[in-house]
Amino acid sequence: MAAGIRTNELRKVYNSAPPLAAGAGGFSFAEKRSKGKQPKPEIVALNGISLDIHAGEIFCLLGPNGAGKSTTVGVLTTRVKPTAGQAWIGEHDVWKEQSTVKRLIGVVAQRPNLDFSLTAREILVFHGAYFGLSSHERNHRAASLLERFKLTDRADQIVRGFSGGMMQRLSIARAMMHDPQVLFLDEPSAGLDPQTRLLLWEIIREYNRSGKTVLLTTHNMEEADALCQRLAIVDHGRIIALGTPAELKASVPGGYLVRVRFGQHSPNLFERLQALSGVREVRATENSGADLYADRGGSLVSEVANLALAANIELCDVHISEPSLENLFLHHTGRSLRE
Amino acid sequence: MNYKAFMAMLARDVRVARRNIVALLFQTFLQPLMFVFIFGRVMVGSGYMPPSYKSLLLPGIMALSMVGTGIWAVAMPLIGEFQFTREIEDRLLAPMDISWVAIEKVVAGTLQALAAGLMVIPFAWLLLRPGVDLSLHRPILFAVVALLVAVFSACGGLALGCSVEQTHIGLMFSLVVAPMIFFGCTYYPWSALANFPIMQKIVLVNPLVYASEGLRATLVPQFPHLSLLAVFVALLGFNALFLTVGLRQFHKKAVS
Repeated sequence: MAAGIRTNELRKVYNSAPPLAAGAGGFSFAEKRSKGKQPKPEIVALNGISLDIHAGEIFCLLGPNGAGKSTTVGVLTTRVKPTAGQAWIGEHDVWKEQSTVKRLIGVVAQRPNLDFSLTAREILVFHGAYFGLSSHERNHRAASLLERFKLTDRADQIVRGFSGGMMQRLSIARAMMHDPQVLFLDEPSAGLDPQTRLLLWEIIREYNRSGKTVLLTTHNMEEADALCQRLAIVDHGRIIALGTPAELKASVPGGYLVRVRFGQHSPNLFERLQALSGVREVRATENSGADLYADRGGSLVSEVANLALAANIELCDVHISEPSLENLFLHHTGRSLRE
Repeated sequence: MNYKAFMAMLARDVRVARRNIVALLFQTFLQPLMFVFIFGRVMVGSGYMPPSYKSLLLPGIMALSMVGTGIWAVAMPLIGEFQFTREIEDRLLAPMDISWVAIEKVVAGTLQALAAGLMVIPFAWLLLRPGVDLSLHRPILFAVVALLVAVFSACGGLALGCSVEQTHIGLMFSLVVAPMIFFGCTYYPWSALANFPIMQKIVLVNPLVYASEGLRATLVPQFPHLSLLAVFVALLGFNALFLTVGLRQFHKKAVS
């Protein structure tokens, strides 16, 4: 039976550096507490995350490092205790029914956490044993997953010497070993070569086709766009946008983004840019720049150049982006995902 | 508790121990046996120590091997697995309460400590003979003491392994383990500290004292030793304390 994922106003505040279970670093700092001699900074990792991920869906959390993606996965996989709020896998409360929840989920952590004392095959077989699979079943599944992930020729070697890509493939195979209803993948394609990434995408799609729910986090927009049926954009522990990739892209004013930079700042010029046909919104950026959200891209450039020439202001840089999730993130946060 | 998952984790630890058996044997026995050779053989043979010292030394060496093995077997993997390889994460996600992951480590450490303790006796006996006067006329009491010592070593390893940062491993050995060994009545009976009355009282906070004295009481009762009742009470108390602290620290490490 497929299981969905729900969270209600999840909040997580750390009083010290987030330890192992939270995965990534880089968090927003809230106000310092005034009591005590050395007030510890409060780090707000999650600031009210509410999600409803349907059973059988590929859902993506997209956001920059430190946005709270890994902490959300940590809460949903029993590894992070939320400061407030609830989370459910299917009908099971993640915090109150941990053992039941752990049977339903498979987890691929952001950093490799393979058992360095074992061989690839042993890692899969012992994982199967932890989940109570019979000896025959776990050996059979391990062999077929090793084949599927192209690891058969290294199956009986200790994983210490494996490359990053091989470790990642083995981590995913391990997470699938007990055939979980919900698969969590935290930054699964980080550090993978393009060929392995495509293999990974295909495996995720195939797993999803068998009715399983997949939640993956990424800061890679192409991945979110290509793979996910719905996604949430997360920043500073909050969800700033949620929907299908097409819906979200359509929600950016105009869709196209033309980023320009001038030799000097001129409010007058900005007013004229705003008046250009098809331009929905003009936002001033750093270094005398402007972001033009418009329903056209390339054809706007010559008009911008003419306006700058007329105002006797040098046009230093122009960059055109087609409708994308990157534009959406920029529109909501004023920052690029790549920054 | 999930019996299957627990046993699978134990099987995993046995597999790893078997794979590293040679290194494990050297690590467990080399130092105690060198000590046995120098003090029991060289010093006694040259007349600097009385011949009876051989018998007095053996239970202490057994306690030392057991405690060293148990602490090492539990603490070192935990420090590495939590902070460096993170390989414990897979076991934390197994479908059972995470306290059982910690308890499995304690069981594995206890078994290793018992194996070390039982194996060091014949090794040391071979090195020291003749003149070792062991009496195993109270085997059940000996087995209970040995088990309590083994559990203490594993619980101590759990508490240390979940409290010490990777960068402080050296400090852990020089500040905790080394003083514990030297003031643990391993190379001398507790009664030998009678000339240092304050120190004789202070060392009673050291659980290794009860381990050494307990094994002395059941293996070589002809030498002065602490009462077995004191040994049982103290070891049970220390075991409960270290297990409680260890589990609390384990939870802190495992869940943020």
